[in-house]
Amino acid sequence: MGLETDYEIPVLTTTVESVVQWARRSAIWPVTFGLACCAIEMMAMASSRYDISRFGAEVFRGSPRQSDLMIIAGRLSRKMAPALRRIYDQMPEPKWVISMGACASCGGVFDNYSIVQGSDQVVPIDVYIPGCPPRPEAVIYGIVQLQKKIDNSRMDQSPKARIA
Amino acid sequence: MSAADVIAALSAVVPEAAYEVLDASDSALTPSILVPRAHLLATAQALQATPGLEFHAFSDVTAVDFHPDRQPRFDLVYHVVSPHRRARLRFKVRISKDEPVDSVSTVWPGAGWMEREVYDLFGIVFDGHPDLRRLMMPDDWEGHPLRKDYPVQLKKDASTFMPLQVSPEEFRANMERDRQSRPRSS
Repeated sequence: MGLETDYEIPVLTTTVESVVQWARRSAIWPVTFGLACCAIEMMAMASSRYDISRFGAEVFRGSPRQSDLMIIAGRLSRKMAPALRRIYDQMPEPKWVISMGACASCGGVFDNYSIVQGSDQVVPIDVYIPGCPPRPEAVIYGIVQLQKKIDNSRMDQSPKARIA
Repeated sequence: MSAADVIAALSAVVPEAAYEVLDASDSALTPSILVPRAHLLATAQALQATPGLEFHAFSDVTAVDFHPDRQPRFDLVYHVVSPHRRARLRFKVRISKDEPVDSVSTVWPGAGWMEREVYDLFGIVFDGHPDLRRLMMPDDWEGHPLRKDYPVQLKKDASTFMPLQVSPEEFRANMERDRQSRPRSS
């Protein structure tokens, strides 16, 4: 981006790619997908005290078809894994996934048969947030990291390239 | 009503069964008795229908696995309540690994769900249950997780799809019926 001042009216020059990625990262709408206690912190993050609308990400959608981001908030059980995958598949491209908390990232304290030991077995993850549960500030930091990632990625990146 | 009173009332209806009083820390509130496996269904019917007992409400059935310390390894623990007498009763049935036990869902219909849970997690088969399928675990799961000899830290890949609940023929028939039931848009 550059500001051209040699003309009568100042002109802003940029590339289509940076404008598109700026638009994408400025309004990341998450799908409502709380699985356990992390969801409480996610709700706190969305409400007025922490207020993720400052980052354009406050519009939690009830339908995956209107969302860009899935926050896996809580432990993912084996029985839930197919449902998570189906919801992820229903989200339109481009889409991103945040794994929130220790349980979603690696199974956490639940080292047993019923919990998936890391939700990256089921969907590709963009940002992992540590914590048990992470504080709302940590989740906001994760969303900011995701915004940086979107800014630095190409807009025509195919879904196949993201998964591989 | 103490456990001995319950046994006396039951023995009048089911004389061939040998009941025992069980010791429990809360026996003043909830008397506990042991019921022989063969007489479970007759006992359940007697508990519900005998005047003076009238345990109409079924509270819970669960199981305890004593493997490898005890044979027979399982205790089935039933809790029943008589709301208008304000009385509770706990009765236990001892069974080993592959022994089936009679379902009490014909006596208390609400027992059906809890028996499905016990079947799912302990692998205890209830004879006469109308719909004995898994309740908690996925339908295609192997093993019964609450058994003491189950590998708790089982390493297994997560499945990312759900098994189809209907056959392809049933699915097509459903779609066709659905299509024909809709008003035609002209």
